[in-house]
Amino acid sequence: MKIRMNVNGNWREDDVEPRTLLVHYLRDVAGLTGTHVGCETSICGACTVLLNQEAVKSCTVFAVQANGAQVTTIEGLAREGKLHPLQQSFWEEHGLQCGFCTPGMILVAHQLLCRNPHPTQEEIRKGLEGNLCRCTGYQHIVKAVQSAASKMSATEPVRAVAAAG
Amino acid sequence: MIPQSFEYHVPRTLEEASRLAAQFGADGKFLAGGHSLIPMMKLRLAAPKHLIDLTCLRDLAYIREEGEHVRIGALTTHFRIESSALLKEKCPLLPETAREIGDVQVRNRGTIGGNLAHSDPAADWPAAVLALEAELRAVSPRGERGMAAKDFFVDLMTTALASDEVLVEIKVPQLGHGTGAAYAKLHHPASGYAMVGVAAVIALRDNGAVERAAVGITGVGPKAYRAFAVETALHGKPATQAHLNAAAAHAAEGVDVNADLYASAEYRSHLARVYTRRALEAAVKRARAAATA
Repeated sequence: MKIRMNVNGNWREDDVEPRTLLVHYLRDVAGLTGTHVGCETSICGACTVLLNQEAVKSCTVFAVQANGAQVTTIEGLAREGKLHPLQQSFWEEHGLQCGFCTPGMILVAHQLLCRNPHPTQEEIRKGLEGNLCRCTGYQHIVKAVQSAASKMSATEPVRAVAAAG
Repeated sequence: MIPQSFEYHVPRTLEEASRLAAQFGADGKFLAGGHSLIPMMKLRLAAPKHLIDLTCLRDLAYIREEGEHVRIGALTTHFRIESSALLKEKCPLLPETAREIGDVQVRNRGTIGGNLAHSDPAADWPAAVLALEAELRAVSPRGERGMAAKDFFVDLMTTALASDEVLVEIKVPQLGHGTGAAYAKLHHPASGYAMVGVAAVIALRDNGAVERAAVGITGVGPKAYRAFAVETALHGKPATQAHLNAAAAHAAEGVDVNADLYASAEYRSHLARVYTRRALEAAVKRARAAATA
């Protein structure tokens, strides 16, 4: 089936089997391997991407369901070689160890800060509840999100990345 | 983890959706948010030959107040319900329940109608619609009909919907004066589904006695159920701790209780009683607050 999708600001058209999962489409067809396949059972959140600016687990969406949609992956966050404040903060606050969960963590944190630019620590933990880190780095991840929140509110209001793409 | 091949259909109208479902019969399946169905397809516990995607029927995503009811379109996502200002004011049990479902990504995609029509024995919405005595409305080529929530859940993942019927709306009566509601849930630590989830609605008389109690329980049996024995035990009694405790003891009465690796039937029955007591306590507290408001 022919589908058309705006991935990180670029429209592309592909012919896919209806059973192709969005995560496989992004990795194998679009070549964007920053989106990780973790548990494949919609639990771990490693495959999180933004679909029309909402965080979704791309292992639980068929690519055909995203026909006509805007998708943002971790590759779509940096602007002109400059890391997104969330990426910068994960780096500075040591919000990752092995890094496998990081793309999903950053995108779900993006969703959180769009809806709630000044979350409390408890709200951050609730916002990240669908993402697992097996290096047990949650404390640093929460700190990274806090740091990004203050960076983002200091510079410009949070706006959807996809719209900028 | 790759589903079996299927043909994908995107009907533009409800009539077309229903017609396709009638044509495919047991080989067809409606797709809404997909967060119950797609995991099952990946495990090949479900292998429909035709998927009929309802999500283009955008008219079915709404929340509105109409007279004494709140009407929720079947394609409304858990997140829209969780964040609805109207529902927080008029029917706070619904946002409270929505918040307990899965995680933010699941709530962004999953829909109340898909969840109810799928009728997973550990899903959250069934408990809430049972306790709220909601009406579930469905459309087929034969017309539109409403079903009481208590008649909707038939058996394990089986509802009263015919195969060509589309669930279109959940119609919820607003709670009256002196009425409180609460949802108490124990999350399965990995999946987030309910080990047990209890929704309770309690209406108190001016003298503090229970005028009406409605209790919906999920996660315990093969399907969500109304705990009528709990309700009967409370009717007309003062809402004291002793009476709430005594009523909650009936929570798993007459139920074929699920047992799995995580919880034996005995432990789940115990959980049902404990969480029923907690839901009743919270609902009574809110009913008292509502009566003095």
